[in-house]
Amino acid sequence: MADTALATGAPTRALKYGSIAKDRRWALRLSYFFLTLFAIFFLMPPIYMFITSLKTSAEISAETNPWWVFNPTLANYIELLTQDTYLIFFRNSAMVSVIVVTISMLISVFAAFALARMRFWGSTLLATGVFLTYLIPETLLFIPLFKMMAMVRDATGIELMNNWWTMIILYPTLTVPFCTWIMIGYFASIPKELDEAALIDGATWIQTLTKIFIPVALPGIIAATIFAFTVSWAQFLYPLAFTTSTDQLVLPVGIITTLIKGDVFNWGQIMTGALLGAAPPLIIYAFLMDYYIAGLTAGATKG
Amino acid sequence: MADVTITRTGLPAEAGQVSSLQRLMRRKSTIAFIMTLPLLLVIFTLVAYPAFYSLHLATLNKSMVRFVGLGNFEFLFGRETFWLVVYQSCLFAVTAVIFKAIIGFTVAHFVHNIPSKGQRKWRGMLLVPWVIPPAMSTLAWLWLFDPSYSAFNWLLAHVGVAPVSWTGNTHWARFSVILVNIWVGAPFFMIMYLAALKSVPEQLYEASEIDGANWWQRIWYITLPMMRNIISITALFSLIVTFANFDIVRVLTGGGPLDSTHLFATWAFRVGIESGDIPLGACVSLFMVPILAVAATLILRDIGKRGNEA
Repeated sequence: MADTALATGAPTRALKYGSIAKDRRWALRLSYFFLTLFAIFFLMPPIYMFITSLKTSAEISAETNPWWVFNPTLANYIELLTQDTYLIFFRNSAMVSVIVVTISMLISVFAAFALARMRFWGSTLLATGVFLTYLIPETLLFIPLFKMMAMVRDATGIELMNNWWTMIILYPTLTVPFCTWIMIGYFASIPKELDEAALIDGATWIQTLTKIFIPVALPGIIAATIFAFTVSWAQFLYPLAFTTSTDQLVLPVGIITTLIKGDVFNWGQIMTGALLGAAPPLIIYAFLMDYYIAGLTAGATKG
Repeated sequence: MADVTITRTGLPAEAGQVSSLQRLMRRKSTIAFIMTLPLLLVIFTLVAYPAFYSLHLATLNKSMVRFVGLGNFEFLFGRETFWLVVYQSCLFAVTAVIFKAIIGFTVAHFVHNIPSKGQRKWRGMLLVPWVIPPAMSTLAWLWLFDPSYSAFNWLLAHVGVAPVSWTGNTHWARFSVILVNIWVGAPFFMIMYLAALKSVPEQLYEASEIDGANWWQRIWYITLPMMRNIISITALFSLIVTFANFDIVRVLTGGGPLDSTHLFATWAFRVGIESGDIPLGACVSLFMVPILAVAATLILRDIGKRGNEA
């Protein structure tokens, strides 16, 4: 694949740079060579996951080449997908992620609209505050949150500990600040004339938001949605700290706590579970790569 | 400008017979406040309050009934493990960020170098480590580093190198957690730098080529100065995330061997949640604050600067 790109790429380069064409060609070859090396480094773990997931336990512990499958089998996939526990993890993860994405997008689109367009007392300060909140890592907050859950239980009798839906309350702290931040950036880039025209025509603020801002900033909304989904799907610390029973776990924690039994590592199943768990974000990424990348770079380049 | 229009459209409404409550609901600031209310709730109850609450927690004794002032801090300073964690956290964050930046910059350059038709494909492949949830990709690394079936050791054995105890030996364990962190984070730098590279005007390179600049001079005198802002924002941002890392160390080594790979976050988890000493755990995690505060201030300054340039 790389060779064809090289062949088609070379003539244009030669045309453009005339005498230094030879240097260019070498630079190009070098680039492809190093890119291949880096691609091997970056893709090796997921590929090795896939290789291991096709192996039987006997082949995994055999003294054969670990980078090759001699007797491919789907047994690991079948066993995992017919097991109740894994499906429960998957369901919990899916429920949490979908609900968290919905909540965070509702909160952040409205807030970003207010912060980007309706200048009010303290709005710039609040926008900075949102960004600062985004920089506070969850590793700083999980211990006080742990204590706060006990306080909530003592005060109201609601048990937040060891419930999968507690994650719905906690995850927005990770997604909302960044989503709001990038939506402020997208909204701010919409020309003022557009919403002024709407206001003159008698549109209310809500109409301006739903009829103009949301359609125009749709790429930003998709990028923020993807971000929120990826973050809530991948979150590991909160569910590890706040859930323990098997039926309440989400995928990342579930795989690590149930498939690793004591010192016995069933690697075929662990790799299958991890690969299937990584599949949803990977599939979304494969189809919406440009939005994904736009969301990544928006954090620092917009706003 | 928006203010002018709103008072104009608002005036006729006020002239009509509307109750004061309706008028209040129609005012811009009221609507704006209602729109931001959920955001404020999330930020104050679930981020700001816990952050300050951990300051209070850190001053209590283990059973959380007695105020001990700075007693927990004193206790930490006297423990050898604490200083090990400080050392490892700094080593981990600084080394990982430097290598992520270098690898990210190099890869971005190579991607930028090839014809633009193929760039999308390469970029897509190279970003995969960033997309996989780190807890799951670290499992793959754990398996690659497995003491008895390590696929790396199998390769090393073929070139005649003795098997390496990737996660069992202090130095190799530190190397492994940093390596995995670089693997996860380098693609992010690559994407950011690639976006920045695209924004450098092509004329600058053409002019320098005519002046006879070599590739190194082009990078040093054109690319780096033009990208300075993005480089610093990305590096500072990554410093925060790396310093506060939890997933990778937790899954790969669990802090071992002999607590030598613990970071503040993983040690805080061990002390606060697993050993049940919540105040001491809160205390440990608070040590992340100074570095985070410095990095956050610098990022805000850089982003502000960027806004002025545009």
